[in-house]
Amino acid sequence: MKALTKRNSYIVFALAATAFFYSRDGSITTSVYATGVAFALPLALAAMVGIMCERTGIVNIGIEGTMLISAFVAFFVSYLTQSIIIGLIASLLVGALMGFILALMAVSWRMDQIIAGTIINILATGLTSFLYVQGKTIPTVFRSFEIPLLSKIPFFGQVLFIHGALTFLGLAVIFILYFGIYHTPWGLRSRAVGEHPSSADTAGVSVVRLRYINVTIAGAIGALAGAYLALELVGSFERGFIAGKGFTALALMIFGRWNPLGALAAALFFGLTQAYASQLMIDQVVNIPSQFTAALPYILTIVVLTISAGKVRPPAAEGQPYEKGQS
Amino acid sequence: MSALLEVTGVTKRYPGVVANDNLSLTVNAGEVVALLGENGAGKSTLLKAVFGLIKPDSGEIKIGGTPIVFGDTAGVIARGVGMVHQHFQLVPVMTVTENLILGDEPKRGLFINQKAARQEIIALSKRYGLEVDPDAVIEDLPVGMQQRVEILKALRKDVKLLILDEPTAVLTPQEIDELLSVIRNLAKSGVGIVLITHKLHEVMAVADRVVVLRGGKLVGTTSPKETNEAGLAQMMVGRSVVLQVNRTEAKQGAAVLEVKGLEVRDDRKIMSVKGVDLTLHKGEILGVAGVEGNGQRELVEAICGMRHRESGQVLINGVATKDMAPHSVHEAGISHIPEDREKHGLVANYTIADNLVLNQFDQEPFAKGWVRNLAEVGKNANQLVEKFDIRTPSAFNTAGSLSGGNKQKVVVARELSQDLPILVAAQPTRGVDVGSIEFIHNQLISARDNGAGVLLVSAELDEILSLSDRIAVMSGGKIVAIVESKDADRNYIGRLMAGLKE
Repeated sequence: MKALTKRNSYIVFALAATAFFYSRDGSITTSVYATGVAFALPLALAAMVGIMCERTGIVNIGIEGTMLISAFVAFFVSYLTQSIIIGLIASLLVGALMGFILALMAVSWRMDQIIAGTIINILATGLTSFLYVQGKTIPTVFRSFEIPLLSKIPFFGQVLFIHGALTFLGLAVIFILYFGIYHTPWGLRSRAVGEHPSSADTAGVSVVRLRYINVTIAGAIGALAGAYLALELVGSFERGFIAGKGFTALALMIFGRWNPLGALAAALFFGLTQAYASQLMIDQVVNIPSQFTAALPYILTIVVLTISAGKVRPPAAEGQPYEKGQS
Repeated sequence: MSALLEVTGVTKRYPGVVANDNLSLTVNAGEVVALLGENGAGKSTLLKAVFGLIKPDSGEIKIGGTPIVFGDTAGVIARGVGMVHQHFQLVPVMTVTENLILGDEPKRGLFINQKAARQEIIALSKRYGLEVDPDAVIEDLPVGMQQRVEILKALRKDVKLLILDEPTAVLTPQEIDELLSVIRNLAKSGVGIVLITHKLHEVMAVADRVVVLRGGKLVGTTSPKETNEAGLAQMMVGRSVVLQVNRTEAKQGAAVLEVKGLEVRDDRKIMSVKGVDLTLHKGEILGVAGVEGNGQRELVEAICGMRHRESGQVLINGVATKDMAPHSVHEAGISHIPEDREKHGLVANYTIADNLVLNQFDQEPFAKGWVRNLAEVGKNANQLVEKFDIRTPSAFNTAGSLSGGNKQKVVVARELSQDLPILVAAQPTRGVDVGSIEFIHNQLISARDNGAGVLLVSAELDEILSLSDRIAVMSGGKIVAIVESKDADRNYIGRLMAGLKE
């Protein structure tokens, strides 16, 4: 009950702040919030990768690399085939492959999972830098469209329901994951594997299989985040394209207590402050160097994380390879 | 009707050792068979074979009349063989219901049908008279209750044969009595039960038949009617064992260790020792009885300087010791047999010889200035291996290669070889076979007789009762009573341990 009231107080505060901004300037607030959602989505999806892996006991610090290589594949396959759909599919497959490779190293070879994730990151940086070609363009991007009726809701309709297809897909993934983790046999088994693998094993749940499946699917979700950046939000690809989002996502995952909706809320907060920071830069309301406004989201996030952190409790079996017969 | 479990002539050889040597065993419906044997007697190997996890070199295992197929663990389970593991196979952060349905969840569409699951669990616990709260989170439950969940987990799968692997190791005397009556009731309802244990009085209380293993061989089948505890111990160890420790009246001397108002937090930062006062005298054994998790571990660690003391003092011969300084506490005169020998007692990758000087490797004669004197280390090792009967091919094998009992003997040998005025022994005989228990008990007594003060912390009430001169009962982080052992009553102490007032 205590957590519930704490959570509710956050929600009340967020709504009050939104109402305050909206009363000051409706149209700017609406556009800032819509941008905030767009900035938040890749972070939220990247946090889902972390949640899916860590809930089954695998630490994935290769999210950054997974996103980088899949954004790269999304962009260049779209360029080569002149189809963003094929680009998206190729990207998802590569992401799943990255997840599978991580599972291979962490589950079957029982490698240190931090090193395994680092390998993914180095591999992605190396490959994309090597294969990168400057000056290519893709035919189109996933353009924003309005969802009928829902987009007519004042404020919220414009913030949430005028986006590209990948945003809607991404949001759907997050909600599916939430219900999956807490309300399905798959979720119960996954959590058991992440908390106490030997009890799952003795109950007839295959620890190895579940870890492979989850880490592989998580890779595909990471690819969706990368493809979203390349094919919808930005529409291009550069070296160092992900810029640490994969690592920020890990912090958001912890902030959200390994709960998909919690991580989504954390990502929205971060995305919104980023959107406000860019708005401040455009408006030049305050006369301070742009580096400071760019740093604002990070500073605010650190402050909020510190204040609200409290006691976090990661899945107990996180980072430990499972060996049958140990307990 | 064919027997539930029929093991005929099973032999399993590992390089250099015959783990199971022509074993035969039958378990019928409705009977309780106790499988008795020391560590390494072949109990676990036999179990693994029954579950199809290992392939016997020869022999046959039948369940309900049909032979099992090697590798088909799921098939064995499907035929109604359930197991309650020594280490609970429960997810601590999940509810009772979630743990019970894991792996076979009632569904509604894609989702778990929470309501049906809850009702099924309530019905199941009613049917077997094992009451549990379906919504309680496992980690908030007392150990006895957790075990009940573990048993229900097996029963949910309609077991015909239930194997209990050392189920009483972590229970209070009252919980043990309850468990034994549960076992009886299950047997009455037609379930065949295999009880693996090395606690003899439980075997006497509950078993219909007792099968004793030693060194991989079946040494005999008997029943509680035909024998007594001493007889069982003799079968198990192969020689006569003195179960009752012989000890003379303590010659209590001056106070050597004083604990004053000690408060300590556990790993979760919760206050788990709440103001403990204790005085240990020269030449006595002070036993600390209590159900595990009532602050004993934190108390011991704080005394030995391994855990931060929130407040209070630990005095040795009247001089206060430093907080969080195990080395200086040791030098002030405390030797310590830690509860977790694997984690705090030994370095598994070091040789036995090095482990035997772990707390004095930098002192004369084992070192001269900055250089170790390996000749002395070896000499010391050979002496102690001989004196403490550590069974190893050489003192230069790694400590990790030893069996549990022998590892413990290494720790005991090291801690007792210095003749310090205070010995703190935490769970000194945990996971140790009967023969080694007898040996370690005698060592503790002789340390006392030589004038040391011994603080013995144990979850085994029998051990406390047979060794201690005075008994402090710990419950909820406090010492709730201190009694002279000659006035000690088993039931009274059991109730105090459970947190009941009288």
